[in-house]
Amino acid sequence: MISIKQIDKKFAKLTALENVSLELQTGKSYALVGPNGSGKTTLIKSILGLVIPTSGDILFNEKNIRHDWKYRDKIGYMPQIGHYPENMSIGQLFDMMKNIRGENQRIDEELIDAFKLYKMYDKRMHALSGGTRQKVSAALAFLFPAPVYILDEPTAGLDPISTEILKEKIIHERRMNKLLMITSHILSDLEELTNSMVYMFEGKVHFNNTIEQLKHETNEVKLSKALATFIRQKELVASVSEV
Amino acid sequence: MTRVLKYILYDILRTRFILLYTAFLFISTFGLYQLDSDSGKVVLSLLNIVLMVVPLVSIVFSTIHFFNSYEFIELMLAQPVKRSTVFLGEFMGVACSLCAAFVTGVGVPMLLFGINANALTMLYTGVTLTLVFVSLAFLSSVLTRDKAKAIGIALLFWLYFSLIYDGLLLWVVYSFSDYPLEKITLVLIAFNPVDLARIIMLLQLDISALMGFTGAFYQEFFGSYLGIVLSTLVLFIWIVLPIALAQRIFNRKDL
Repeated sequence: MISIKQIDKKFAKLTALENVSLELQTGKSYALVGPNGSGKTTLIKSILGLVIPTSGDILFNEKNIRHDWKYRDKIGYMPQIGHYPENMSIGQLFDMMKNIRGENQRIDEELIDAFKLYKMYDKRMHALSGGTRQKVSAALAFLFPAPVYILDEPTAGLDPISTEILKEKIIHERRMNKLLMITSHILSDLEELTNSMVYMFEGKVHFNNTIEQLKHETNEVKLSKALATFIRQKELVASVSEV
Repeated sequence: MTRVLKYILYDILRTRFILLYTAFLFISTFGLYQLDSDSGKVVLSLLNIVLMVVPLVSIVFSTIHFFNSYEFIELMLAQPVKRSTVFLGEFMGVACSLCAAFVTGVGVPMLLFGINANALTMLYTGVTLTLVFVSLAFLSSVLTRDKAKAIGIALLFWLYFSLIYDGLLLWVVYSFSDYPLEKITLVLIAFNPVDLARIIMLLQLDISALMGFTGAFYQEFFGSYLGIVLSTLVLFIWIVLPIALAQRIFNRKDL
């Protein structure tokens, strides 16, 4: 469904992505893992067209996204840090998003209900706590049913109950044969939510296969152990001597 | 486009700055009409306000607004909305509200005290100058990610066109006064939108002799009518060029 073909991204001197190629297929759920600054968010933003790759192409349903924008209605996106117009209230924000998407869009308000966001529709965005903001981001990502969901650290900052609600929602969507891509540092969550893994390190993809395969290769039962072994085997540790 | 524009306008009106700006223009124009009964003199006094204040307010307000709506822009770009729709929507939203403020603030007193061709030309130059400086503001906004830097660039634009350029022009004319400079000066003036606006106004008021030798030459060369048309055309380029360039940069910008 989404093919990423040899993309590179350079920010001034820093190389954020280096020759990344991936095939993301419908019905699969991908865990995007890697240390801080390994290029996960840059990759996600490239898929959304928020970051323009220095070279290479990204195809969505065999169509190059470079000059396209309509494909984005097939993606539900939850950013790592949600930036919203600060003087808008939650209710106004949801109304605006619905309005901009157009009248005859199907709307999925399950998360708004589950998080009880309607109770604080009058609260302005600048007055929200980090967790509530995260709930708003999640509710917005799932507001318009889409075949692809890209979630950048969805459970960061959420309380345990809300985390469970969100995880249930993700599992529910996954059963409906959708493409999911989730980044997180909480491996136990990823083990529940995803079946494939993409491991990134310093802008390169080092592993792209099923989680089962990773466990098999490393002879481990738990994902966290498997990943640790994998990292040790491949020596994917930032070299200290580098200046 | 209209849906995006609606929210941009809604956001601008809520800041109340536009209302303050309208009130300021209204009070100044009203006051000038009270002080002098000759509408020609009033327009001339207004010209000084328009040439200094309108560019400054337009460019600073637009730059600040662009950075304040960064979240909105970011949110929109993750949606199925075209980049140029968001960008031009922002431009149109800011340009429309500033022009509306100017036309209301200056136009209403003019209507009350009797409107004439001079007053209309005044409104026209004000609106064009607003558009030019909003366009320049958007260019300075996309040149950097830092709000303070962008406002700095915006102020530099204003300072350059309002003060520095005139100084440079004067220096050129003075240093090379032994040579026939009329045509060169004419070309050089086209590089400053504020000068162009001034020329349109002075040609209309038929006091171009006040502008010294360039003004006189300008009028002799073109006659009032052609002079106004030509200056308008060049001003139009001054609106389109910066915003087109800004749009190109914005389309390739990472968020």
